[in-house]
Formats: sequence, structure tokens, C-alpha cells
Amino acid sequence: MLTFIRPFRSLTHPAALLALIAVLLFLPPAASSQIAVTADTVYTMDGDPVVNGVVLIRDGRIERVGPASDVAIPDGYERHEGVVATPGLFDARSVVGLAGYFNQEHDQDQLERSHALQPDLRAIDAYNAREVLVGFLSRNGITTVHTGHGPGAIVSGQTMIVKTAGGTVDEALLDSTTALAITLGPGVRGQFDTPGTRSKGIAMLRQELIRAADYTEKRRHEDADRRPDRDLRLEALSDMLEGRLFALVTAHKTHDIMTALRLQREFGFPMLLDGASEVYLLLDEIREAGVTVILHPSMVRLRGETENAAFDTAQKLHEAGIPFVFQSGYESYVPKTRVVLFEAAVAVGYGLDRSAALHALTAGPAALFGMDERLGSLRPGKDADLVLFNGDPFEYTTRPTHVFIDGVLRHKMD
Amino acid sequence: MKTPSRIQLLTPLLLLLLNNAGLFPGTPGQLFAQEQPVAVTGAEIITVTGETYENGILLVRDGRIIAVGDAASVSIPSDAEVIDATGKVVMPGLVDSHSHIGEGDGGDRSAALHADVRIMDTIYPGSDSFRRALAGGLTSVNVMPGSGHLVSGQTVYLKLRPANTVEEMLIMVDEERGIYGGLKMANGTNPLRQPPFPGTRAKSAAMVRAMFIRAQEYQARIEAAQGDPERMPARDLALETLVEVLEGRRIVHNHTHRHDDVLTAIRLADEFGYRMVLHHVTDAWKVADEIAASGYPASIIYVDSPGGKLEAINLLPKAAPILEKAGAELGFHTDDPITDSRLFLRSPAFAIREGLSRQKALESVTIANARMMDIEDRVGSLEPGKDADFIILSGDPFSVYTRVEQTWIEGRKVWDIGDPEDRKYSTGGYQVIRSSGHGHHHDH
Repeated sequence: MLTFIRPFRSLTHPAALLALIAVLLFLPPAASSQIAVTADTVYTMDGDPVVNGVVLIRDGRIERVGPASDVAIPDGYERHEGVVATPGLFDARSVVGLAGYFNQEHDQDQLERSHALQPDLRAIDAYNAREVLVGFLSRNGITTVHTGHGPGAIVSGQTMIVKTAGGTVDEALLDSTTALAITLGPGVRGQFDTPGTRSKGIAMLRQELIRAADYTEKRRHEDADRRPDRDLRLEALSDMLEGRLFALVTAHKTHDIMTALRLQREFGFPMLLDGASEVYLLLDEIREAGVTVILHPSMVRLRGETENAAFDTAQKLHEAGIPFVFQSGYESYVPKTRVVLFEAAVAVGYGLDRSAALHALTAGPAALFGMDERLGSLRPGKDADLVLFNGDPFEYTTRPTHVFIDGVLRHKMD
Repeated sequence: MKTPSRIQLLTPLLLLLLNNAGLFPGTPGQLFAQEQPVAVTGAEIITVTGETYENGILLVRDGRIIAVGDAASVSIPSDAEVIDATGKVVMPGLVDSHSHIGEGDGGDRSAALHADVRIMDTIYPGSDSFRRALAGGLTSVNVMPGSGHLVSGQTVYLKLRPANTVEEMLIMVDEERGIYGGLKMANGTNPLRQPPFPGTRAKSAAMVRAMFIRAQEYQARIEAAQGDPERMPARDLALETLVEVLEGRRIVHNHTHRHDDVLTAIRLADEFGYRMVLHHVTDAWKVADEIAASGYPASIIYVDSPGGKLEAINLLPKAAPILEKAGAELGFHTDDPITDSRLFLRSPAFAIREGLSRQKALESVTIANARMMDIEDRVGSLEPGKDADFIILSGDPFSVYTRVEQTWIEGRKVWDIGDPEDRKYSTGGYQVIRSSGHGHHHDH
């Protein structure tokens, strides 16, 4: 649902070009521009895994990938070695950068409680690129995050996509406006004076979407004088209705999931189903609707609307041919963030095919968010976002040892 | 002085004895009068305290372990039921030193000190959380009240036998006094609230000191009475419990995170001479030498990220290997629902990735925790004479691909992944595990 990729678009601006040149001149000396990574197995996510593989990185991009027998390492390349290499991992739904790790009032920006419908709240205005949990995810091999406003409001605000590197949101940004975060079900109750029930929340949302549809019509008016005054809330909803933003709809219980599908049919917006702990009861309906599921963390606690979550839901979705990706989600307590790698590992432990799991952590979300030109696989020309592991990526006792983002070694662990 | 507490415990004790004698056959939670020997064969058997046998035999009868050893060295009685576990791994049933399963509660908001309160009186034996724990291979659990009080109440040591009454699940650690649990205490930020709760750390420590000084005085009056009922002080349920702590019969389980709170907990335990286990101990890695020197064991928690509360911002996955290197006693706990009992083995596995030795990792979910509950003579390892509590795993205990396949307590199979009714407690699903209603979050 990419409206634009910020760094590319900004390059067209002369001032941005000057800034880019300035940045290039002051690249940290440790950032070698030519790197050779070798691993016993390279999961390119673009064809079969390469045994005894080599990945050449140059100027932040993948230069070449292949078996050591085919790919000679040129002189002057900085060498790094691991057991397994994968593309950088992509967390398809998080709140890091907005929901900080102290969990005190001052660092919890994922939910604004003044009103239940605030589609005008931009994620870029609240994202702390230096938040500890962003670095924590990065060290665990997560190089891209779809993050932003959390669940808990009918529309809590916007989401965006960033890399887990860079000291400012501008340096980290891939997509400023990805989705509107919408919550159905009991998660909204108690947060606001109204809605106090499920059906009231839906009524409020439908009314606002109808206003936004009307606004969309008027916005298109040929006579500029007859176009409406700008309304940031309606503008964001209008963008969603016109297909420029996803509706990221959090729903767990079967009736809330069905409500999401009903709304989607009525208004025709592009939808991602978020959470969906009872989705295994609705496999036919979901497949028919053609919706991608951003599945709850495997280890979500079994209480309230997630009490019926199961460790094997990812495997069931895979079997049913329903596209899904993994998320770290929102946590109100400890752990303050989850790690998609660990969540996927539990799904693998409970029967999910390993390559399906890797796909749902890499190429799957990259394609879902329209970023497969740059992300999601180790293919020449793509961003050099890559993780080295000292063993099976999913195994408890092994770990990421090297994390590269844009061809720079960001984290190295023994 | 302790006559009263004998009466207190007489009923459950009687029940246990009657059950043991098989007088209530068919009572689900009886101590199993399992007469036919069971031999588990073909598996790698990890005894934890002794050898690991590549191709071992575990022989059990009457709820106890009769023999464990190499296939060549253990002879199987002709009447034994043979469980072929070829290719599997057998290890002791897991022991969890800190959990909130069972839907119990503890002290209320009327005071910060509730040594009189027993979680035992509130445990719901029918709770799904017990089956979830069995699916994770847990067999003995210290179930505790929360940490929102300086003293939130008495904890209960449970054997997860299928049961209709809590009495059938109790693990007695002091038959004479009828003690089957510890005492839950907490310091740091969780107990800080409006009066009558403390508002500062120093006030917390002052209140705990005053409490134990009262208990010492009570103890002295009992001793002075020399058994004369006329001279005995009036019964006080809180002081009676604290006297058990002062006598070393009841272990204090002290929730503590920040390094200075850890040292305060040690200071108070040293002053009054009670036995204590340090729980959670997020900052333990900063004071690992001090913890090791104190001799108090550390029962630690592994969660997937730092933060979420101010006291957990220094969470470090390397804490366990740092404590091991310092020579401290250490174990892991679930703090269920903070971490899920079904994935208990994940905690030591992640510690291995950070450098914990495999042996220490095995001990950290078995015998080390049994020691922290005074039950190491009965559970926590596979040795002749001990309770026949064991689990059968599909592979290495520390692999994500391994599943707990069977859980046995006292020689009887209590959970089996091959049974669809049991299996669902491992996987979860529609209306499998009903919410416990344990809604508050002061436990970590």
C-alpha cells in the first residue's frame, strides 16, 4: 500500500540531494562499502537455499549471491562468516518507537485517549528512532518494522514502515503512511466514554467512513472553489477508501473478524486482518475474502479475547493456503515487545513448515507492503539487509551473530 | 505452641493418609497405590544429579523409583508394564519455584503484611492452568500469591496430581508442623502504595524489621512457656507463621528486582537468620558475587525483552551464566502467566545460548528448584527412592522442535500427547483454556 518511498522521493529535491551528499561524505569509517558474507546455508528466499553460499555486498546493495564454487570473493572485501544467512527480518506489526520500554506515561505514545476516532495521528510525529526496543529488535535480526499506533481505539492513528537503523525517523523511514490502525471488539471498551459496546463502535466507524466517502466525492470536484476545506481526519480515511492506505483491522473473536469482513465488503478498502486468534474457525471465509492475516504472536497470553489462541494457527493458515505474516504486536507489560523470530520459532515447533515460516518473516511482508523491489530476499540490486546466525535461526540455543542493514554491519555478537 | 497448627492440618493429613492406604480407591488425586512395576526402556535417561544413560531403563513401583541405569544393568521384573520409549529422552518432572496457576489469591488491600493468609484456601483444583502446566512437563510447583504486598501470604507447594481437592495436591515439607509452602514477600516498587502500605523503600524495610521483631518476641514467649498452656501467648496466625520462618521451617520467597533491593533482602534475611530464595532478580548480574557470597539461591525469570516496568529495564539474558560463573545457586521459574508453563524449557534453553552450562540448565528446572522448596529429597532428579515423577520428551530438552509427550507423577501417566483430550492443552484452541481471571499484573 505504498504511497511513496520517502528516501527515493526526497532525492528529487535539490536540498535533499545536497543533504545526501553531505551524509555520504561523513559515513562512519567502520562502514566498509564492500563486504563478503559466507554461510553454510544461505536462504535467499529467491529460489532454493544456497549451500556453501557467498553474498557480496557493495555500496549498501546486494551485489552477487551464489555458491562459493561460482562466486569468487574479490580482494578488498571485508569478510564475515556464519552458519546460516537470511534476509533481514520484517516485523509486520509492532508499536516499537511509540510504546517505549520504560512503560511510563511519558513514553507511551501508541494510544491517544482523547477520542476513539483519530485517523489524523501520524506515526512519523511520534516515532523515537533511538528507543531502546528498536535497537533490541535490530540486534535480534529484525531490520524492518511496520510500526505505529496501537490497538485500543476505533481508529487510533496511522502506521508506517521503518528500518531499525538511523538516529531519526527521516533516516529510518521507508513509508510514512502505511495503514490506519482500527480495532474491533472488546479492546476499545473502557478506553473512552464512547463506544461502550461493540455495536456502537461499528456504528461510529461506519458513520465516519460514510462522511469520508462523501468527502472523497467533494474532493474530486472539478471546480476547486467547491472542494471542501481540508479535514485531516477525513483525508486519511478518504485515502484508505481510495486504496492508498491499508485498513489494519485488529479483531480476535469470530464475530469481530466477521464484522471486519462485512465492513470491508461495504466500503471496499484494502484490509489486513490483525491478531485474529480465532481465525482457525473461519478459514473458508478468510480464504474467500482474500485477506492476508498478520497473525498474533504465537506466545500471546491466553486471556480475554485471545483466550482461544493456539500455537498451531500459523500452520493451519499455511495448510489452508491463506497468506499470513508474523508480528510482535502490542504488549502492555513484560515483555514490552515480542520478537517475531521467537514467535515464528514456536509456530515452527508446533508444526509450521520452516521455509513457510522464513517466508512469513521476509519475502511475505516485503511483498505485502509493496517493498519487494528493495526488501525480502537476497537478490542482486536489493538493499543489503542480512542476518547471520550461528545455527538454525529458529532453534532456542542459537542466535543472530551479525546484522547488516543497508550494507553496514550494525550489530555483531559472539 | 504448635498443637493448634497440628489441628489445623489434621484434616488434610488424614485425607492424605487415608488416600495413601488406598481407602478411597478411585479418588482421582490419591497418592497412587501403583503396584504393578513400570519400566521405561530404550530412552536416553537424564537423571540430572547422576549419569545420563544413552540407552537406559527407569523402573518404578508404588509411586517411587526402584532403579535407574543402563539397559544392561537394570533387570525388568516379569510382571512389569513396559513403556517403549526408544529414541525419546526421559528426565525428571519439572519443578517450578514460582507460579500463579490454580487461580488462587492472597492478601487484600487492608494491610501490607499478610503472613496469616494462605493461598492454599483459594486454589481451584479444576483449573485448566494445571493441565496446561502438565502439558509443559511440570510436576511440582510453588504456587504463590502476588507481589503487591511486603508479605502477600503463604505459598503452597503442589504436586500436580489430578485432584478434586487441594489437600490431594499438597507437598508436605514439615510433617510435624504441617507446613506445605513458603512465605511470599516482596520489596522494590510493587508494594509501594498509599498507607497502610509503605511509600518508600526505607519504610518497606522498617515495616519488615518491625514485623520480625514482633515475631521474635512471640517466639521468646512461647519458649518461656515451656509447653505450659497457661503461659502460652494468645494464638496469632501471622506470628505463628513468622515463627516458622524464624525457625527455618518455612522458606521466604522474596520478589526483588533492582540490585539494591536484592541487597536489602539479603540484609534483612541475614539480620533475622531466616532462609530465603531471591525471586526474579532482574539485576542479579550486577551483584552476582554478593548473591553467591550470601548463599541465598536466585530463582530467575527469562522474558523476551527488557522493559515493560522500571524494575525490568536491566533485564539481561546473560544473567544466568553470570550467576553460574559467580558460583551462585540458580534456577528458573515461569511466573505463569508471565511466561507460559507449556514453554518452561525455553527459559534454560535461551540461557544456554547465552553461555549457561548444559548441566546447570538441567538443574535449573529440576533439582535446583526442589532445593529452594525443601523437597529435593523427593523430587527433582531420577534416583532410587524418589517420587516417580518424570517426563518423556521427543528429543533434546532444549530444542524448539522437542515436545513433551508424556508427564508421569508418582508412577502414573497424568498427561499424554497421544490422547487428543490431553494434546489440546499443549496446543491451545477453541475453549480449551478458559481465562484464569488472574487479572492483576503485580507478579513479575
